[in-house]
Amino acid sequence: MIALLLPALAVVVTLLLALGLASVAAGPGRQGRLASRGSLLLCALGGLLAVVQLLSGAEASSLSLGIGLPGLPLHLALDGLSAAFMLLLMLTGAAAAAAALDDHGQYDSTAPFFPVFLGGMALTLLAADGFALVLGFEVMSLASFALVLTNHRDAEVRAAALLYIGMAGLGAMCLIPCMALLAVGADFTFAAMRTHPPEGWRALAVLVLVLVGAGSKAGLAPLHVWLPPAHAAAPGHVSALMSGAMTKIALYVLIRVLFDLCGPAQPMGWGAPLVLLGALGAVLGGLRANMEGDVKTVLASSTVEHIGLIAIGLGFALAARAADLPGLATLAFGGALLHALAHGMFKALLFLAAGATQHAAGTRRLDRLGGLIHGMPKTTALVLVGAAGLAALPPSAGFAGEWTLFQAVLAAPRLGGLGWQVLACVAAALMALAAALAASAAVRLIGVAYLGRPRTPRAAAATDPGQPMLAALAGLAGASLLVGLFPGAALRLLGPAVQQAVGTGVVGHVGWLTISPQADTAGYTAPALAVVLGLAGGLVYFIVRRWTVSGERRGPAWDCGFGDPPNWLPFGDPVTQYGGASFAQPLRRALATSLMQARETVDMPLPGETRPAHMKVRLRDPADQYLFALIGSWRSRVSHFADFMQFLTIRSTLAVMFCALLILMAAVAALEQL
Amino acid sequence: MGGHLAFGTFSYDAAHLLGGGVLVLSFVLLYQRRLTAVINTYALQAVVLSAAAAWQAWVQDAPHLYLTAGITLAAKGIAIPLGMHRIVRQLQVNRSLESALGIFPSMAIGVGLVTLSILVVLPVTPQAQTLTREELALALSVVLMGLLMMITRRTAMTQVLGFMSLENGLILAAVSVAGMPLVVELSVAVLVLLAFAVFGVFFFRIRDRFDSLHLDNLDRVGGMHR
Repeated sequence: MIALLLPALAVVVTLLLALGLASVAAGPGRQGRLASRGSLLLCALGGLLAVVQLLSGAEASSLSLGIGLPGLPLHLALDGLSAAFMLLLMLTGAAAAAAALDDHGQYDSTAPFFPVFLGGMALTLLAADGFALVLGFEVMSLASFALVLTNHRDAEVRAAALLYIGMAGLGAMCLIPCMALLAVGADFTFAAMRTHPPEGWRALAVLVLVLVGAGSKAGLAPLHVWLPPAHAAAPGHVSALMSGAMTKIALYVLIRVLFDLCGPAQPMGWGAPLVLLGALGAVLGGLRANMEGDVKTVLASSTVEHIGLIAIGLGFALAARAADLPGLATLAFGGALLHALAHGMFKALLFLAAGATQHAAGTRRLDRLGGLIHGMPKTTALVLVGAAGLAALPPSAGFAGEWTLFQAVLAAPRLGGLGWQVLACVAAALMALAAALAASAAVRLIGVAYLGRPRTPRAAAATDPGQPMLAALAGLAGASLLVGLFPGAALRLLGPAVQQAVGTGVVGHVGWLTISPQADTAGYTAPALAVVLGLAGGLVYFIVRRWTVSGERRGPAWDCGFGDPPNWLPFGDPVTQYGGASFAQPLRRALATSLMQARETVDMPLPGETRPAHMKVRLRDPADQYLFALIGSWRSRVSHFADFMQFLTIRSTLAVMFCALLILMAAVAALEQL
Repeated sequence: MGGHLAFGTFSYDAAHLLGGGVLVLSFVLLYQRRLTAVINTYALQAVVLSAAAAWQAWVQDAPHLYLTAGITLAAKGIAIPLGMHRIVRQLQVNRSLESALGIFPSMAIGVGLVTLSILVVLPVTPQAQTLTREELALALSVVLMGLLMMITRRTAMTQVLGFMSLENGLILAAVSVAGMPLVVELSVAVLVLLAFAVFGVFFFRIRDRFDSLHLDNLDRVGGMHR
């Protein structure tokens, strides 16, 4: 029975890929429905198989298919690590497929790519040789590129997709040589790579290449610039899948290469770049999430932040494993994995809700939303569950993951050496800052978009989405709550993955109800905390109800201290509410002035002019400014040079050839003299 | 019949003299200030080349080289220079030339090119005959000088003359290597004749269009413009 799990999952992958073709054959009008329904069914099946694999102890099994390049048959394998990520992928995929059923026909044109996207990700997880891994990874990149282009008539969408495919190309350019460096002769199987871990410069090259190749896809700073625009450009269910699952698949590749294929004998220093880049991304992403004015860009920036937190955990796990501190390694890796799972749930939930909001209110801009809680009460309730995870409020899923990560980072000075101690302190401080920024971003998102009064008529007329979307949101919220209330159980479920990556299991640290930083001591007991918080909340509710007058009445909303409203707006102009930009201003002035080069310019009309005053804010991502602008200027220099060479005069062209000939001959002559 | 091509024998000296003559005439081509003088020098170079080919034919006992010598003399020594002179007369070309480099720099670069050729050719051919080695060095020098002339001169006619002088170097290399089949020389000669025909047509077209054979005019109509 257990031996059949891998073939069954392989069949699921094949069916997902075939479903793409089948839905093309179904023709326009019907392809969206077919792709979504089929994906939903297959994802549910795949998720079930992954759970069975994890529960049954995750015995590793492998399979060699007869197909592939000549002499290079595809190898598949299923073990604890891939099963853990498969579970996450299939859960998110099922929710996204259910949400896509509520699509109103607008995603029909690119619907066939949806199951292919899922199939590519699943193939990456099942891959047991370099070729299959790269194949799955690239299918995933290309299919998601097509999905991002769904609304291709919008120039912004096209620009975002172009940036995205460019970064995917960079990833491929790094990932393929990385696999070639790991390969043993012409043997690309992971089993052979494990027996010959890389050493010396090859090991360093593998580290750099996988950090760029997989890190760029995961959204690891400073290669995260594609992430906010691409997530904003894609339809809701696609960005949910990209943020919830695709970034995790990239992290899986990172883990597979760094923890598994490179062997346990690598130096401690390997963890440092992950910690540094993670801390950088966490703060930058958190700050950007407070500044952006588009709901999905806010969520995508927050993805950068959470990926940064997970990367910090992975970095410390790598260092602790090298330093032979199994307890710390388990804690750090377990925290990273738990947070990846939690983030996959609540961020997918928030992206789906953002898609529903965009459909209902006609916009994603914070300064045109507001008051959605009146028209979309069910959605708002579910979004609150996700936002609690985003803000890491106990007992949400986000809190469990971040708490475990914090425990690991606070124990990290045990790694020894001044360098690691300083690094751990800096990482802890930046993580705390990032967590606070995330909480602020969540409050801003809920407060501006869902509370208050509608800023536009369209926002006032928003209604809850259809049944499939609500079911997807409720499913993700339920899973997220379960992970939050029983993080111990979730981590036990993921235990085989931790065991495989760092060599020790989670059993000493994790009970079914608690997670402890040190074996067999007190720790975080989420259900107890939930009961206490519930009791306190109930008490407050009781007191409030007991001591206040019954019945409800609605008064005028506070208008931010503005003067008397005009007659045609008896409750004041909703646009004068405290908005997203107002909320961001203190943080922008305190932090972003130096970190993101935030500059404000006020355009004040002259006396007598009738136009309104404007305040413009300009923000720049440092990665954009220092890394990509620099690369862009090099690129244009190279192309200018090529241009110059192309338009040389006849005599100059001859002279160039003549000089090249002379240099060549001089080199030959010099070599002969030696 | 022919003597041995060993150092110090008369046949060696004569072959060397003729090859050196071709090279010296390349130097002469570099500093000519008048178009007719360039054409005449080119004709003289072709004549010396045909003499070198004939001498090689006798020394190597290879009768087909007499054919090469004949073709060179007839086509490049007589026909092409006559055609050039006719073009000059018909097109009323400005007969004074300007060079991008002065005489002294041209000569200095020429000497440098000869040195480079010797430094390149002599060490890489240690097992070949002495004469073959030195003739190859001379021929490579002539090729490079032809290229140099194409770069430093500014009108279309002198560029073509530079190209054909470069080709003289190729023929010199071909005849001085024993055992090179006639096909090579014949095809090179035919190629040059064809090239001359094409260039002639181009001269008339360029002249029609710009009233001058100055190449800077061509840069303005490079097709794709910035």
